[in-house]
Amino acid sequence: MDLKWNEFIITGDPLILGAQISILLGSIAVVAALTYFKKWTWLWKEWLTSVDHKKLGIMYILSALLMLFRGGIDGLMIRTQLAKPGMEFLDPQHYNEVFSTHGVIMILFMAMPFLIGLINYIVPLQIGARDVAFPYLNNLSFWTFFVGMALFNISFIIGGSPDAGWTAYTPLATNEFSPGPGQNYYLLAIQIAGIGTLMTGINFFVTILKMRTKGMTLMKMSMFTWTTLITMLIIIFAFPVLTVALALQTFDRLFGSVIFTLQGDGNPMLWVNLFWVWGHPEVYIVILPAFGIFSEIISTFARKQLFAYKAMVVSIVTISVLSFLVWVHHFFTMGNSAEANSFFSITTMAISIPTGVKIFNWLFTMYRGRISFTTPMLWALAFIPNFVIGGVTGVMLAMAAADYQYHNTYFLVSHFHYVLISGTVFACFAGLIYWYPKMFGHKLNEKIGKWAFWIFIIGFNVCFFPQYFLGLDGMPRRISTYTEADGWTGLNFISTIGAFMMGLAFLIFVVNIVYSWRFSPREKTGDAWGLGRNLEWATSSSIPPHYNFAVLPEVTGLDPYWDMKEKGLDQQKNVDYKPIHMPNNAATPIIMSVIMGAAAFGLVFHWYWIGIVGGIGIFITMIARSFDYNDGYYVSVEEIKETEAKANK
Amino acid sequence: MSQQTKKGHFPWKHIIGFLISIALTLVAFATALWTDWSSSTIFIIILIFAVIQAALQLVMFMHMTEGEDGGLISGNTLFGFFIAVVIIVGTYWLMTSGHMHMSM
Ligand code: HEM
Ligand SMILES: [Cu+2]
Repeated sequence: MDLKWNEFIITGDPLILGAQISILLGSIAVVAALTYFKKWTWLWKEWLTSVDHKKLGIMYILSALLMLFRGGIDGLMIRTQLAKPGMEFLDPQHYNEVFSTHGVIMILFMAMPFLIGLINYIVPLQIGARDVAFPYLNNLSFWTFFVGMALFNISFIIGGSPDAGWTAYTPLATNEFSPGPGQNYYLLAIQIAGIGTLMTGINFFVTILKMRTKGMTLMKMSMFTWTTLITMLIIIFAFPVLTVALALQTFDRLFGSVIFTLQGDGNPMLWVNLFWVWGHPEVYIVILPAFGIFSEIISTFARKQLFAYKAMVVSIVTISVLSFLVWVHHFFTMGNSAEANSFFSITTMAISIPTGVKIFNWLFTMYRGRISFTTPMLWALAFIPNFVIGGVTGVMLAMAAADYQYHNTYFLVSHFHYVLISGTVFACFAGLIYWYPKMFGHKLNEKIGKWAFWIFIIGFNVCFFPQYFLGLDGMPRRISTYTEADGWTGLNFISTIGAFMMGLAFLIFVVNIVYSWRFSPREKTGDAWGLGRNLEWATSSSIPPHYNFAVLPEVTGLDPYWDMKEKGLDQQKNVDYKPIHMPNNAATPIIMSVIMGAAAFGLVFHWYWIGIVGGIGIFITMIARSFDYNDGYYVSVEEIKETEAKANK
Repeated sequence: MSQQTKKGHFPWKHIIGFLISIALTLVAFATALWTDWSSSTIFIIILIFAVIQAALQLVMFMHMTEGEDGGLISGNTLFGFFIAVVIIVGTYWLMTSGHMHMSM
């Protein structure tokens, strides 16, 4: 690709210039601080090369919060541009780039890593394990995700961002209509991150099946663990489709094949089909763990066992099958036969049944419970009505004939924000607040937390509820501006106000993190809320020691920790310690991932030699790994005694 | 490992599996060589025999269904097979029916 220097680095836009300067200053500040405080080795040893599932979980969550910020800014830019008719805040090209990156970042680099972060931290604890099945792979998963994320994010300062939507429909996304590096960034960044997700899928599937503690049969697992297991199953079967589809489009764009093109025998509709074969299961990948988190929180703060546990399990297993049978509802209007549309219309409506079952189970769990209205519980309570609105409108969209009216309008935009935000995003907030004392040893301030909560849910409804009516009034999605005569002005303006309220709530949330870090009292026990039911609360100290459990707990029923408390036994106080085997840190994953990122960066600009050199580099790191015979170390009994004594003070 | 593979027992399972495999191969071979069916019919028949034989090998020779994880492995394999069929058949259906067939 022949690029002039000023096309390589994006110039001439004040917004982007501001971003470039702040990124530059930010990076200099971080490097300077690390050097000044001599923290480089600490960072490398304690975090970057760590295979501890807890540290990886925290790193995932930090990255996700960062991406929530970036994606949120994108969202606010979209809303600013649409606040009034004829706004000139973003030109159409820039607008297209912003909504494309917004979608990709929110789904793949915010929702996924946030949930995977919580899963990483909590699931091994809940099953009473000391680490995951493949700790090395876990670190590699994180780094491939991180490098994919970084690659995607630099696109807006170097070379230009993808602008064909997060769905990257062909023929729009082919070289003919989207020349330039933007779409290549999309393909390669998601490819790298996707490989990481697939490895996470395998890792946690095996972990949950093989590493449960004594006595924990499948039907004694916590609901969060169950939803994680099923999510991982869906990942294992859905992500390969994405991998293949991305590879095929990459071939089209980089090597001139004609798979999705308009020339030759290409068929652009095949991309749409493959994208949603992955895309719909993906939607369930980000909602199932959210269901799990709400189940935990609701039963904890209602002080009751989850109502109809078996029905819950059956419904998530049903969802795992059905989620692969509905993908066509995303393109009813593409000209399928009436039979095909009817078939997928029915399967789609069928999937709302198990979802409805779950809603009733949560309601019955709370029925006659003694409910504590803590912030995590408030998020969980708010989830139910808001998610129902999203679900009901989803069923409206599922009717193929009606969808010809709704498709590609703001009605759809509102639908998926109602399910994604009140489902996934509320769950991420709720889960983070709920498990925060487990991760950092102190709670987040409840008062500030409640302010953030109320401002967010009001803002959320103010932002997205009007969009249903904009959609019904015929406002299409992905338009960069409109005129007064369209009659959409009032509702759009209201919607923008709501968006900024959510932005404000996010800031308050971040302030709360800083405030609580300084002022919250430190927790003294492992059971910070005093109501814990599952094994993550059974650790001897509020932040678990790196080996999690000095003695692996034994389980006899559901809600094992609640049981132990009732019977008045603390298994962690057992004095008969044995040395514990733990895995070693690993440096190859970060090196391998960085090389992958560099190779992909070369390919983005058609600099094939960088791709080739990078490919060789990746291969060398793999060989290095296969000669790595180091299989862990033992934590001595003395060290365990010392750690536990400190915890049980 | 089950009883049959212990020393002294005749490996009936392997022999039977082996014979069936040979039979399936021969039938497929015969279909391709000595019938005058259309090539797509032949293709489909061979494909079916291939799938049966793959399953047979997994079960008879690779002991997929045995051991403590047997159920799990078989279940997952079947689920994977189901998903693959859904994706392929579904995609084929969509790309060849409705208005779509006109653009192909
Ligand atoms: C600060 C809060 C948010 C605001 C203000 C916001 C705003 C918007 C707007 C206005 C659009 C439509 C753009 C257009 O088509 O013209 C959009 C699209 C989208 N949003 Fe959000 N959003 C927010 C949060 C989220 C979250 C949390 C997620 C996911 C978990 C998300 C996922 C998406 C997706 C997937 C699209 C479609 C992108 C595309 O069609 O290319 N959004 N958002
Ligand atoms: Cu869908």
